[in-house]
Amino acid sequence: MRDVVVIGAGPAGLAAAVTAATAGLDVALVDAGRRPGGQYYRHHAAETGALHHGWDAFVRLRDALDRLTYLPGHRVWNVEDGFTVHALAGDRDERPVRIDARTVIVATGAHDRSLPFPGWDLPGVLTAGGAQALLKGDRVTAGERVVVAGTGPFLLPVATGLAGAGATVAGVFEGNRPYGFARRVAGHADKLREAVGYAALLVRYRIPYRTGHAVVAAHGDGRVEAVTVARLDRDGASVRERVIVCDTVAVGYGFTPQLEIPVQLGCATRMDADGSLVVVADAAQRTSVPGVYAAGETTGVGGAQLSLVEGELAGLAAAEALGGIAADPAGVRRLVARRRRLRAFAEAMHRAYPVHPGWMDRLRDDTIVCRCEEVTRGRIAEAAGLGATDPRSAKLLSRAGMGWCQGRVCGYATSWLAASACGRSPGPDDLLGTARRPIAQPVRLRDLADDAPVRPHEVAQDPPVRPRDGAGGRPVRPRDGTLRAGPEGAVRPRDGNHPINPA
Amino acid sequence: MVVVGGGVVGAACAYYAARAGLTVTVIERGAVAGGTTGAGEGNLLVSDKEPGPELELALFSSARWTELAAEDGLGAAFEYETKGGLVVAETEEGAAGLEELAVRQRAAGVDAVAVPASGLPGYEPHLAPDLAGGMFYPQDAQVQPMLAAAHLLRASKAEVRTGVTVTGMLRSGDRVTGVRTDRGDLPAGAVVNAAGTWGGEVAALAGVTVPILPRRGFILVTEPLPSLIRHKVYAAEYVADVASDDEGLESSAVVEGTPSGTILIGASRERVGFDRTLSLPALRRLARQAIRLFPALADVAAIRAYCGFRPYCPDHLPVIGPDPRAEGLLHACGHEGAGIGLAAATGHLLAQSLTGARPDLDLGPFRPDRFPEQP
Repeated sequence: MRDVVVIGAGPAGLAAAVTAATAGLDVALVDAGRRPGGQYYRHHAAETGALHHGWDAFVRLRDALDRLTYLPGHRVWNVEDGFTVHALAGDRDERPVRIDARTVIVATGAHDRSLPFPGWDLPGVLTAGGAQALLKGDRVTAGERVVVAGTGPFLLPVATGLAGAGATVAGVFEGNRPYGFARRVAGHADKLREAVGYAALLVRYRIPYRTGHAVVAAHGDGRVEAVTVARLDRDGASVRERVIVCDTVAVGYGFTPQLEIPVQLGCATRMDADGSLVVVADAAQRTSVPGVYAAGETTGVGGAQLSLVEGELAGLAAAEALGGIAADPAGVRRLVARRRRLRAFAEAMHRAYPVHPGWMDRLRDDTIVCRCEEVTRGRIAEAAGLGATDPRSAKLLSRAGMGWCQGRVCGYATSWLAASACGRSPGPDDLLGTARRPIAQPVRLRDLADDAPVRPHEVAQDPPVRPRDGAGGRPVRPRDGTLRAGPEGAVRPRDGNHPINPA
Repeated sequence: MVVVGGGVVGAACAYYAARAGLTVTVIERGAVAGGTTGAGEGNLLVSDKEPGPELELALFSSARWTELAAEDGLGAAFEYETKGGLVVAETEEGAAGLEELAVRQRAAGVDAVAVPASGLPGYEPHLAPDLAGGMFYPQDAQVQPMLAAAHLLRASKAEVRTGVTVTGMLRSGDRVTGVRTDRGDLPAGAVVNAAGTWGGEVAALAGVTVPILPRRGFILVTEPLPSLIRHKVYAAEYVADVASDDEGLESSAVVEGTPSGTILIGASRERVGFDRTLSLPALRRLARQAIRLFPALADVAAIRAYCGFRPYCPDHLPVIGPDPRAEGLLHACGHEGAGIGLAAATGHLLAQSLTGARPDLDLGPFRPDRFPEQP
């Protein structure tokens, strides 16, 4: 039985795990990726940090992984109350792994939010995050001549990253006109520096940046050869269209938090300013279920800096709850203040970059909405005609979201189409109806059937990073409220000396 | 007539009543097929029933489903498949038990074809090679239950009001004269309680007791595959589970393919109230039993699981017909795990009862007032 299992090794999970381990807890950090960092710090084996903001913070966390049991390549498919984490480890030699823990910290991040449009199922159309992942993880540009579109500041690193790696970016088409948001950015030194940097790169690579524009269709025979880009009026309707030749389209309309695990555990959820379902977390990152914490994008999409802060707060709170280890109050105050600032910034960003419902008008009856099951917009309308009043019943009657991806790609679109067929926009209950995935990852029946006992020694053989001398070398969990170094001398948080320095 | 409940039973009641000339409004608290109908497999089974009133109802219903499927486009719309069921036994003893049951079922009008062990691969090439034998039931069939409910409702041309909750009954003396809802009163000549697992609550609004309780079931869904399993296949133990009164977890896998390529592995049974929490022990047993029947499934991935609540009565029979304790109120609920299969007969017989026709089957065994009054 471990003290803490952290699920997800992105910024939030790394910060949470390292903080809790540094405080002396026995921590396992479970992650689906092969290298730590999640999507934000996704990197090539030979990465030096050139493609990343805040790389130093990541290196500090990565270097602290020897204080805990880091389990890469572990895909969590279910967490039972109490808690038992069920994961699948390995690739071809996939095997089930079970980890028992007193506390779970959910830091599962978010994935791209996609919107359908005619032609979006053509090869060559990918998500903005997908293009970024290829670049950061594999140093591959998604195409030679790329159109970047959607909404949100995330389009900028994608476009400039692609251009910097040698692709021609034919344009960035931002659906909103976020002029008011610029003032907000100007008030944040970090964010302003980032924005100025991107603006300089757009100029340097001669990338046209158009606000109030959207890609409304992709064309091609067998793969993308061109897109139709439209200028949008205030209501999000297309007013002037032109065709741009390209071989790749990277589209992103924000992010959808991955809530399988907290929903399985029964954590309360709410709808955030960007229209996503998120986990409700209190000041100490506690969810409504005792012993379950959430940090980072799962509590509301807000970026890597906010995730680092929330992760650290979750790690400190877990350390206090489990070991009675009181964190330095001044350090916590600084973190809380920083979280408040970053959260407010994220909310302003969501308000400046909304998804206009006009995308629905641009679909044709035969436009595919669910790619796995090839469900068209027409079939979803038919489901509404048959008595579907919410996304879940639309799914049951149309099969939208029932395929391999279990609605991760089409869930947002289906929710909007189903609700708007009933003359309303989706609410939190609608989103929850499609967010339930009791099996979070495909699991072979043989692994499901195998109720193997916990075999911690087996688990510990595998990971490249683990406690230095096996189980005996774990940091001692203090029981008297004082801070002590573990046998291998884990550094303790004292005097605000947190792994990530918020100052 | 007002039907309370937009599941498959309510839809069938609406369909047959409208065809008999009644004007029908269906009131559904959630979405069409959003309750137990949306959580089932779509089994139309005669094979799993002991001779008796339920088997008679199932046989009668099987014939009605065949008629419905033959109507203009309906069969294709709700994916009606006369695929047949194959019940297999692991031991010689089990095979003998199957034959013994089949003899009695045949006497009641069921087609049952004995399949020796050597004949099993001809039915299902991927079955485990060490089974003792089986019984094939050509009358077993399948529909996509949500689509069945939705298309029957559409074909009925009834007015369907979703998102409307019944909060009480309108009365004139002892007579039920309509329903009270959160969107206003709805007078009616007759009110049909087709609220499934929640049928007891609707009955209580009329001041009568119908003892319906939930029996939870989980279904596992695999990744889509090229056709691997042709029939509904289950182990002989399933029949015993269906009729069991045990409260604990029971399961015996019913394995079948669907037109979309996924394989459904169903039929855990637990009495745990309305608890939706995923039960890994239930899923593990289903997975083990499915692999026992089809070893090749071991390497197939499950991508989804869902649960539902079967509405069961203490004697495992549904409640169908007019309630002598509340004139104007009729029941069509409590079909446990057989609601899809029994829906057509239920709607047909209820419509006969409503229009004063003599029902084709005796509704006596399904009387709403057959249970001892609770103190």
